[in-house]
Amino acid sequence: MSSLHIQQVRKSYGSTDILKGIDIGIDDGEFLVLVGPSGCGKSTLLSMIAGLDTVTSGDILIGNQRVNDLHPSKRDIAMVFQSYALYPNMSVAENIAFGMEMRKVPKAEREKAIQDVAKLLQMQHLLDRRPSQLSGGQRQRVAMGRALVRHPQIFLFDEPLSNLDAKLRVDMRTEIKKLHQRLKATIVYVTHDQIEAMTLATKIAVMRNGELQQLGSPSEVYNKPANTFVASFIGSPSMNLIPGRLVPHGDGLALEIEHNTTEGLQIPLPPQPDSVTAYVGKEIIAGLRPEAIGNGNLQKHELTRQVQADLVVTEPTGPDTLAILKLGGFEVTARLEADATYPAGHRGLFTVDLTKLVMFDSQTEQRIA
Amino acid sequence: MMTIASSPRQTRAASFADWLEVRLPKLVLAPSVLITLVFVYGFIAWTSILSFTRSKTIPKMEWAGVLQYAKVLGHERWHVAVHNLMIFGVLYVLICMVLGLLIAILLDQRIRHEGTLRAIFLYPMALSFIVTGTAWKWILNPGLGLEKLAHDWGWSSFHFDWIINEQMAIYTIVIAGVWQASGFVMAMFLAGLRGIDQDVIKAASMDGASLPLIYWRIIIPQLKPVFVSALVILTHLAIKSYELVVALTGAGPGYATELPSTFMYAHTFTRNQLGMGAASAVMMLLTVAAIMVPYLYSEVRGPRTSSH
Amino acid sequence: MSSKNWDSPQMVQGSANRWSRVIIYGLLIFFAAFYLMPLVVMLLTSFKPLSEVYAGNILKLPAHWTTASWVKAWGEACVGLSCDGIKGYFWNSIKMVVSAVGVSTFVGAMNGYILTKWRFKGDNLLFGLILFGCFIPFQIVLIPMAAFLGKAGLASSTSGLVFVHVVYGLCFTTLYFRNYYIAFPDELVKAAMIDGARFFRIFFRILLPCSGPIITVTVIWQFTNIWNDFLFGASFTTGDTAPITVALNNIVNTSTGEREYNVHMAAAMIAALPTLLVYVVGGRYFVRGLMAGSVKG
Repeated sequence: MSSLHIQQVRKSYGSTDILKGIDIGIDDGEFLVLVGPSGCGKSTLLSMIAGLDTVTSGDILIGNQRVNDLHPSKRDIAMVFQSYALYPNMSVAENIAFGMEMRKVPKAEREKAIQDVAKLLQMQHLLDRRPSQLSGGQRQRVAMGRALVRHPQIFLFDEPLSNLDAKLRVDMRTEIKKLHQRLKATIVYVTHDQIEAMTLATKIAVMRNGELQQLGSPSEVYNKPANTFVASFIGSPSMNLIPGRLVPHGDGLALEIEHNTTEGLQIPLPPQPDSVTAYVGKEIIAGLRPEAIGNGNLQKHELTRQVQADLVVTEPTGPDTLAILKLGGFEVTARLEADATYPAGHRGLFTVDLTKLVMFDSQTEQRIA
Repeated sequence: MMTIASSPRQTRAASFADWLEVRLPKLVLAPSVLITLVFVYGFIAWTSILSFTRSKTIPKMEWAGVLQYAKVLGHERWHVAVHNLMIFGVLYVLICMVLGLLIAILLDQRIRHEGTLRAIFLYPMALSFIVTGTAWKWILNPGLGLEKLAHDWGWSSFHFDWIINEQMAIYTIVIAGVWQASGFVMAMFLAGLRGIDQDVIKAASMDGASLPLIYWRIIIPQLKPVFVSALVILTHLAIKSYELVVALTGAGPGYATELPSTFMYAHTFTRNQLGMGAASAVMMLLTVAAIMVPYLYSEVRGPRTSSH
Repeated sequence: MSSKNWDSPQMVQGSANRWSRVIIYGLLIFFAAFYLMPLVVMLLTSFKPLSEVYAGNILKLPAHWTTASWVKAWGEACVGLSCDGIKGYFWNSIKMVVSAVGVSTFVGAMNGYILTKWRFKGDNLLFGLILFGCFIPFQIVLIPMAAFLGKAGLASSTSGLVFVHVVYGLCFTTLYFRNYYIAFPDELVKAAMIDGARFFRIFFRILLPCSGPIITVTVIWQFTNIWNDFLFGASFTTGDTAPITVALNNIVNTSTGEREYNVHMAAAMIAALPTLLVYVVGGRYFVRGLMAGSVKG
């Protein structure tokens, strides 16, 4: 297993820049998830790590070795593709053994390796079948087997679960996580699904338009998003982003939310660092996760505030109920307890947890606190 | 910053393999490209040059300007050939399309033994017309063919001698040409019909449209790309038609069924007029190119923009 | 290639009444008869003695079935001046077809592989250049090719014809394989690369084993086209080296005295048999080839 360092990597086709200088470093055994909307460059970056795409400038280091110019087969990596890319003309066993065959591994050794992997993934009974005779989940398993048998420095996964149905996807996600814990493998995993990113990663790299937006642990990315894009991309339902203003309030500050059509709302804030106090009187964007707005379900403490809001609609999801509220004129989503029932048009007091409040510069959209 | 574990010797071997790998695809493709450049484009150039020389029996590099073109264009047989091509081309394309579409629509009505019928409509395309022309020639023969059949069956006034009639002979070429190619057009239309979204048809019939109306207003308009393909392919086949005439009439009676293709062959190989043969070939090529180049351009461009 | 939809007749209103069904079937049977007639006439006539050919009509069944015309066409009919039947020309065509089909199919497969899986700048232009070669009127290359074959010592030889058919068949085979491989998942090639396979290994181990259908289409198409060729055969061969289409044309056009129509028809049937057989066995693939040569996408 190896570390991976991506240094100032750029990719351009003619005058279009696909990747605009990416820096990512992960340690041995980490699970890096590249996440972002389609077209953000995550798959291109993965292809470049694999050696399937050339690097326009910058360096890719696996372990301590610069691999920019190495053929994919010499980078000691294994890849699981979105379509699984199983060779249709070969049996499962032959699929798994193909890479070893190319490396001229003796037959006996290959047989043993196939058996080991088949056992690990519980697919001994599938070895003689053709890919066309397998279900989606089984194909996925074989694709993983083909990667595992290689014992590579790094595993690359390119949206491996996106072709599975919803339930199987959740099961396989757990399997992959278990496998990572067991093998302590270094993994780079591409997905557009932020839940996969949150559940699997030790480190998430959020990308957009060929630029890295944030690199951090799942909790960092979730709780301290670097900008409004990350804030709204990670989490479902996504973070409420409410345009507001910082105003003086007594000794300290308050957040003023005022839509020009309705009466405004002021929420007194606890003492803030200088970086925030510099914004007094200025427009900002306040970010609140749905679970930071509630009613009875929120534990009250000194940083919770009661606010008046109009309830627009409720959407029970089972474990909880989502409520669309009008807060100072803006629609926000709140996560309420499962049995919360309100008549439409209800107006009442709701609770806001300020420990979960983040604020962004309204111009740059970068987080200020 | 970097440490390379392998020995220098291995690296050199590896880099040679990589060097080769980058160039191998182009190297392997190169012979085909070269062959195409020489034997298609080089030969086109060669024939074009020849068409501007005084070549007769053998190629002679003596500049003659547009003399050969003037000779071809002033030649009575060329006039007949072009006139025939017009008649043949228009009727062949038109009848093939109408007949092909009609049979395709008939076959699309959940017909039993559709596969067998399809095979029957298409087999003429699988056989050389040199072969089937032998039969056609005989069928069209006034003494022994259809005319005699009609007489035997009691229709004694039936008269059908087009193949030996200078005015009508070109129409026998049309009949045989349509017989040969309309099944192909049928197959194109049938594939087009099978590709149409069935829900649209269900919706239309729920709106109260009758079946003929559904075909006329909804289905046939959606077959526009097939019409374009069929038109282009048939037109270029018409210009290239050669065996039809050779097998059926030998360009006769007299030279009543001459086409540009037979004109070119006769002047090149039997009348020792290489220059005129070349000039007529160039004119054929230009006509085909005018039709095919825009079509191929759109066809090659199309998939690329959608898949990349 | 939209031929996948071929085998599922579509639903268009189930309520068509009885009379329209009668009309539809009536028309289809009428057309089928028209299309079948030349083949039926050929077959019937080839089994008739000459006296019946002249006494009867084209659709009359033979009173005395005889294979004499077939025997004569195969071994005794006169092609030009020699009267050894068409058997020699039949074998000429077989030799020509086997080599030309093999070589052009293989090279086309390679080209298609490169043009789709090893893309480079200008590859589409090259493909366009090759593609145009499919559609030129071959009259434009007759004169230079005759000169070239003469210079190369290939004039009037089966090898010369094989060469010509490979050269002008490449366009089609490249087109077929290119359009087939373009739908072949790139990820498989990438997976094989990571597994350590290189250019040739990827082709022979991954793509080629999956190319059964398109190989069949290409082989059938090339076989039919090359077997049926007349123009190149007539232009570049003389006498004994001619392919069967040229020989057949000679038989039909040069017989003196009473025309032996039954022998002509038998010779035509012999010339037709290989392609007819291929058509009956692999008609589905022939149609696919036909379609792929005209409509892509």
